[in-house]
Amino acid sequence: MSQIVIKDKIPREELMASGHVACPGCGGTLAMRLVLKGLGPKTIVTLPACCWTIISGPFPQTALGVPLLHTAFETAAAAASGIRAALDMQGDKDTTVLGWAGDGGTFDIGLQALSGAAERNEDILYVCYDNEAYMNTGIQRSSATPWGAWTTTTPVGTPKSHPKKDLIAILAAHRIPYAATATVADPVDLIGKVQKAKAIRGTKFVHILAPCPPGWKTSDEETIELARMAVRTRVFPLYEVENGQRWRFTAEHPGDPVEPYIRKQGRFRHLTPEQIRHIQAEVDARWELLKRRVEFSA
Amino acid sequence: MKKVMMGNHAVSWGVRLARAEVIAAYPITPQTQVVEELSEMCATGALKARFIKVESEHSAMAACIGAASTGARTFTATSAQGLALMHEVLHWAAGARLPIVMADINRAMAPGWTVWTDQNDSLSQRDTGWLQIYCESNQEVLDSTVQAFKIAEKVDLPVMIVLDAFYLSHTYEPVDVPDAAEVDAFLPKRVTRYKLDTNDPRSFGALAPPPVYMEMRLRQQEAMEEALRVVDEVDEEWHRRFGRRYGAVESYRTEGAELVLVVSGTIASTARYVVDQLREKGEKVGLVKARLFRPFPTAAMRKALAGVPHVAVLDRNISPGHCGIFAEEIRAALYDLEPASRPAIHGYIIGLGGRDVKPENIIDCVDRTREAARSGKPTPREDVWVGVQP
Repeated sequence: MSQIVIKDKIPREELMASGHVACPGCGGTLAMRLVLKGLGPKTIVTLPACCWTIISGPFPQTALGVPLLHTAFETAAAAASGIRAALDMQGDKDTTVLGWAGDGGTFDIGLQALSGAAERNEDILYVCYDNEAYMNTGIQRSSATPWGAWTTTTPVGTPKSHPKKDLIAILAAHRIPYAATATVADPVDLIGKVQKAKAIRGTKFVHILAPCPPGWKTSDEETIELARMAVRTRVFPLYEVENGQRWRFTAEHPGDPVEPYIRKQGRFRHLTPEQIRHIQAEVDARWELLKRRVEFSA
Repeated sequence: MKKVMMGNHAVSWGVRLARAEVIAAYPITPQTQVVEELSEMCATGALKARFIKVESEHSAMAACIGAASTGARTFTATSAQGLALMHEVLHWAAGARLPIVMADINRAMAPGWTVWTDQNDSLSQRDTGWLQIYCESNQEVLDSTVQAFKIAEKVDLPVMIVLDAFYLSHTYEPVDVPDAAEVDAFLPKRVTRYKLDTNDPRSFGALAPPPVYMEMRLRQQEAMEEALRVVDEVDEEWHRRFGRRYGAVESYRTEGAELVLVVSGTIASTARYVVDQLREKGEKVGLVKARLFRPFPTAAMRKALAGVPHVAVLDRNISPGHCGIFAEEIRAALYDLEPASRPAIHGYIIGLGGRDVKPENIIDCVDRTREAARSGKPTPREDVWVGVQP
């Protein structure tokens, strides 16, 4: 029964071809497929340096059925602003401009341009597919990498010693009309948020957790399960923020212990039970804060 | 219509007459009046454009890239540090073959902090694939700005209009503002062959592996070669319609000259004055103004200088560890001339960081060149630094 409901809620139109060159089990690829299903063919995508630079295919190929502008690493939000301005001058209010960047291009090198666009409240949708490190260059830490994770620049002797940046809070502080989190494990929720964002004028931001089998050292077939566990453990809660003020959960978060989620991933293999307890404490503390925000704005 | 305006406003008026559709810019001294005036023009509706008030020059150029890729006529302006910050995306704009027009107000690079003029900011962008046009007067600034859009859109390459900080940017001069309808006839709405279009979805700037990349750069180089012709053609059309032309290279009183000064930017006006004074005394001294720097007008430069015994190149810039950049380029351009007609090139570094270039400084260059010529020794490759404290 539930399968029938999901099928009905996901548009059938495919705007991403199967001939892309992503790794097996790539969360970022599924994210693009679902987001484009939500947005439809009247969409222009701009993407900076990220895994998708490769995934979309080399010249003269493209895996997308919508126009695509590749752009420099730190420029997704600025390039999207320019596309929007040109469309405005052409009287085109229907086309959605989608800035599509990884966590490096969003949390780190592109944050200034994103902040600028958000402050100007540019009428764009910015989606960050977050695989929690610089995966395209071979797994280096970003400011989206979680505490304790191994990457090639945070090797086992000195794993990541800072928590993941709270990006939604930064975007909410810009008081943009809409910011939300999503995962590839819940396509109905993800597409619903994308369609909601499409209908709103101004800057919309969707943060999608996109598990990465080579970077997380997990099996290809575990991507969906990991994304689901991230939500259930409250490691990556699903919520939305309207105008920086109304915070609302969009899923159940039973609060499963984090340990099985951590233990599934090779990037956390070196962690001691005490370090995993530290992660649990951090997750609990952030959950409390988020819960209060939701309660406060109810 | 004649108006008295500063160089920066001449840029703004050029952009207004060209009916730019998207502007993305960030303020920096001494460029600010360009964007202030454009903001006013957009606010009053005199210019119907979307002005994106970006948070950095890097984003300014990135937004221009987005807008130009979507088919809009697009403009930005900057200076010095701002231009340097744009460097990465200047390559992108040119490599993507986008006809973006930019005004760069020539300002020296820090440190020490400076807002005054020299050409190291724009010349540092030599190899980014932008056309570069150096202006001498506010009239030339306005005319060149409008011309730039036509050139850019004919060859699908970005164009940089360059003017000296303060000596031009903040100096008021009478400017003949062409009639808007006549400019519309000269520069119709932009027509694109390819753009971001949901009815014709294409991917722009995708991964270009070794089997395809080199041909992309060859096409870019061919467009640059085409631009040499187009710059002249557009200048000639401008002359037919508005009665003014500038040329890629301008020769001034070079007939029978034994010594020719080569300069660019506002130094050209001072050098004209010096040449007039010397000619009055019967001295065979002439002037060549280098207006177009990229693409480099090799043939025009050879034509202007072949057979001149001595050429003094005054560079308001320096490539540290080498020499003045115009001198370097001119030496390379003239190298293939027959030895009998190949001039001796004397390089002078002058006016860096906004130091005033006075007539006596230019006369100093003339005197030193003559002295070197008389000595009969080979021309030294080292530039002479003019007007510096010992």
